Amino acid sequence: MSPVEALGLRPAADGALELVLAGEAARLLPSGALVLSAWSALVVADLHLEKGSAFAGRGQLLPPLDTRETLRRLAVDAAAVAPERILFLGDAFHDREASRRMSEADRQALEDLGRTADLVWITGNHDPEPDGDLPGGAADEVRLGALVLRHEPLPAPAPGEIAGHLHPCARIATPRGAVRRRCLVTDGERAILPAYGAFTGGLNVLDPAFSGLFRKSPVVAALGAQRVHAAGIRSLRPDRG
Amino acid sequence: MADAASDSPLLPSRFVDWFAAQGWSPRAHQLEMVARARAGRDALLIAPTGGGKTLAGFLPTLVELEARPRSERRGVHTLYISPLKALAVDVERNLARPIREMGLDITAESRTGDTGIARRQRQKMRPPDILLTTPEQLALFCAWEGSRLYFEDLACVVIDEIHALHASKRGDLLALGLARLSALAPGMRRIGLSATVDDPDVIRRWMGCGDRPVDLVRGPPGAPPEVDLLLSNGRTPWAGHTAQHAMAEVYDAIRRARTALVFVNTRFQAEFAFQELWKLNEENLPIALHHGSLAPEQRRKVEAAMVRGELKAVVCTSTLDLGIDWGDVDLVIQLASPKGASRMVQRIGRANHRLDEPSRALFVPANRFETLECQAARECIAENRLDGEPLRTGALDVLAQHLLGCACAEPFDAAAMLTEARTAGPYRGLSAADFDLTLDLTATGGYALQAYDRFRRMVRNPEGRWCVRNGETARRHRLNLGAILSPEMLSVRIAQGARLVGGRKIGEIEEGYFEMLDPGDTFVFAGQVWSLAAIAGMDVLVRPARDTDPKMPSWGGSKFALSSHLARRVRRMMSDETAWTVLPPDVREWLGLQRLRSRIVAEDEMLVETFPRGRRHFLVAYPFEGRLAHTTLAMLLTRRLERAGAQPLGFVCNDYALAVWSLKPMDEVDMDDLFAQDMLGDDLEDWLAESFMMKRAFKGCAIIAGLIERRFPGEPRKSGRQVTFSTDLIYDVLRRHQPDHLLLRCARQDAAEGMIDAARLGDLLARVSGRVRHVALERLSPFAVPMLMEIGKERSPGQAGDAILAEAESELIAEALA
Repeated sequence: MSPVEALGLRPAADGALELVLAGEAARLLPSGALVLSAWSALVVADLHLEKGSAFAGRGQLLPPLDTRETLRRLAVDAAAVAPERILFLGDAFHDREASRRMSEADRQALEDLGRTADLVWITGNHDPEPDGDLPGGAADEVRLGALVLRHEPLPAPAPGEIAGHLHPCARIATPRGAVRRRCLVTDGERAILPAYGAFTGGLNVLDPAFSGLFRKSPVVAALGAQRVHAAGIRSLRPDRG
Repeated sequence: MADAASDSPLLPSRFVDWFAAQGWSPRAHQLEMVARARAGRDALLIAPTGGGKTLAGFLPTLVELEARPRSERRGVHTLYISPLKALAVDVERNLARPIREMGLDITAESRTGDTGIARRQRQKMRPPDILLTTPEQLALFCAWEGSRLYFEDLACVVIDEIHALHASKRGDLLALGLARLSALAPGMRRIGLSATVDDPDVIRRWMGCGDRPVDLVRGPPGAPPEVDLLLSNGRTPWAGHTAQHAMAEVYDAIRRARTALVFVNTRFQAEFAFQELWKLNEENLPIALHHGSLAPEQRRKVEAAMVRGELKAVVCTSTLDLGIDWGDVDLVIQLASPKGASRMVQRIGRANHRLDEPSRALFVPANRFETLECQAARECIAENRLDGEPLRTGALDVLAQHLLGCACAEPFDAAAMLTEARTAGPYRGLSAADFDLTLDLTATGGYALQAYDRFRRMVRNPEGRWCVRNGETARRHRLNLGAILSPEMLSVRIAQGARLVGGRKIGEIEEGYFEMLDPGDTFVFAGQVWSLAAIAGMDVLVRPARDTDPKMPSWGGSKFALSSHLARRVRRMMSDETAWTVLPPDVREWLGLQRLRSRIVAEDEMLVETFPRGRRHFLVAYPFEGRLAHTTLAMLLTRRLERAGAQPLGFVCNDYALAVWSLKPMDEVDMDDLFAQDMLGDDLEDWLAESFMMKRAFKGCAIIAGLIERRFPGEPRKSGRQVTFSTDLIYDVLRRHQPDHLLLRCARQDAAEGMIDAARLGDLLARVSGRVRHVALERLSPFAVPMLMEIGKERSPGQAGDAILAEAESELIAEALA
């Protein structure tokens, strides 16, 4: 069986990419959200809400619109998938104060989401103490069958783990040039999700931070404008500059 | 040196004596400048290189200061502003001699980004009489709490090489700085200096304070330059940009000259020409290389050797276009196309700083289209017809930066500031509404949500005046100031050892260059061949290589576009067979072949050819409007051809023409429809909004307005690396949620002006409307050959991202993740 088959990589009609993680069927949407249909769950990592206003506090007046945009995308995904639960894979907020800086409209948008699905706030290093005023509940990690969902990937091989934290990004080279996109990276046993937030940067998957995490050569699923594109490790290049 | 009366009453006796001791008499324009200053008038002096222009600019100052005892001087008397740091330092040196020899009690000091902290501090405590500096330093002064006291006695500001400053954002910022100075010192006179000005009125409007008139003073015309065209014995190639065919003749011309400057249009052409000349350099002539990517120390070394007269030739880019006095240059060689007459006059002026002898120049066309262009440029220069630039409308992102700077210096009243800004030429038409939007952008970021009220960078004091929020905001502003944006530069270092440690730095290259190179690839840089070892952070690690055929990407991409004036000449020359006689026989023959096989159209017409080749169909149009306008046109044509079902696959452009190729024939396309002017409406806007040009322009505007900092770090990550999040994300979010944001408007304007040349494209479409001459050919024409040879040489960055991803994916399956 070829690795492509082993990972169950298969493009879906809506631009998503189907894959199998630790035996569980999953679907990566072009937005960067992961759907676990068997658990009726939508998983999103590293939203970093209120990152714009965090910069403003330090003197850089970035548009205070990232929260609005990130929640808009999430509402679109939630409407399309209609999950019973939405799992935030940590660093949903950019800092401890972030949820209190949210505008009333943005908070309202979260409340609306909370009425359609259970919101589960997995803690991250940016938001170690969940804000009790938010809809939904908090957890350090969540187990769904063979899957373990947590924010920061364990340094050793961890079959079944779905994590975020690293903001994986792939620079894919072709004879016609190179493209850098956010991506999911997986070896079929564990996966690291792309950052979902509107103002989040990426770390190249060839960075040493990723080494040692995967037992086999990983594959990336890069987020294009309309669909998710899979690429093998040999198409990847380090960042320039 | 025959000139005006030797004992003018305008000059004190020791000045007269000094001129006499040099064996000179003051020139008429020098005395004229003293007279205008005495009358309190602003003046623009246009005098050829070697005409005593700098001295003319300073003479009024020296005369005034001579008559004023030191005890009556309170601050800087004259502020000199040059576009180049090196020029400010050079003028400091040149000014020292007359001051010393006349025994004047006058201090003149330069202050640039390179000036040491101790000297800067001293200059603030004890101002020199004459301060020589750059626009960026003036912006820093404007943002300084002590500026009012420092400049209240300022009598005069001298702006050198003014033609190189005015038509840019840098010029916008300088104009606002001048407005500030005039507000601080209302009696201040303004003097502009230039050697090459096509339309003095544009510059006078730019430099004048409000409606105050600026007098025009002209120096004597210099001897007309002698410009030759290298004919290469009829071997000028059909295509290409390197002029490799002519290197032996160029070498020979260098050999026979005393000292030659060899100008090229891109850094890579410079590297290439330098390599080629050294391959031929059997006599070991001292030939050096100078361009903006070389390490500053290396450039300084070349400049110093040049001044000492130790070099036979320097291969250089526009870094040597301006000002500094270069000893004994007697020949300027322009390798490849001149692009515009003004730049050529400037470059030719680098040869021979003596007024009464003609400068000598040699044009070396790299292909046959360039032969036409070189000939057109010769004629423009002979007739002194230079290309002008229209008066700019001041950019609002620059105004935002200036407002914050003023607020750093002292609280300001908004209404008074609007009046002051309107005295700056580019901001004459500034509306109150735009001023208010800009003020809001500066204070809060200009977001519709009032979310940032507590993060304001500017606040109102109890008197209702605007001041900077705190010292930290002021400090950061000073670090991020200026209107020059340079692309991200990577340091090129020699790799050491197996672990690839970065060693000695050889220079810097724009990030984009390395998109096309992979480890192991060889390339030429700083005159040597290197092999790329790795890229680590901001360092490019290289090893010396002995490759004789290194990669040479990006040949065609000159950053200068063919000027519209020169383009018109080329069109006229081509359409008029009687003008062909001045052209070399090989080019005449090529034009003749084109007439036979395809068509030569009239000056006001545009030729479009269609023909099949291989399994593709081609459409080649020849508007001669410059690469930028052609690229935009090709993008829009491709969209239209797509809708017409021609299935276009790609396009390529140069300064003269554009070619589109497709799966289906385009012979039946209605060319008048295809080139109809309405493509500048929705088609243009749709395409532009998504284009990488807009994103790039947005980043520039956001940096200048100070919304993001020049180095824009994200958060430090676990691995210790910085993860940046691209300004593209900010652009996307802003465009969706606040499409009328001021910075998006600024970006749109910049992209339309600088990157897509929308105005010129509009002129083009209007010009050819109803005059498109289409010929359907069975095979490619002589004119089309150079276009087809451009194909495959260049990539267009930022497009087709997803198509590339799809391609990589198809390779994945083959790779099967072994």
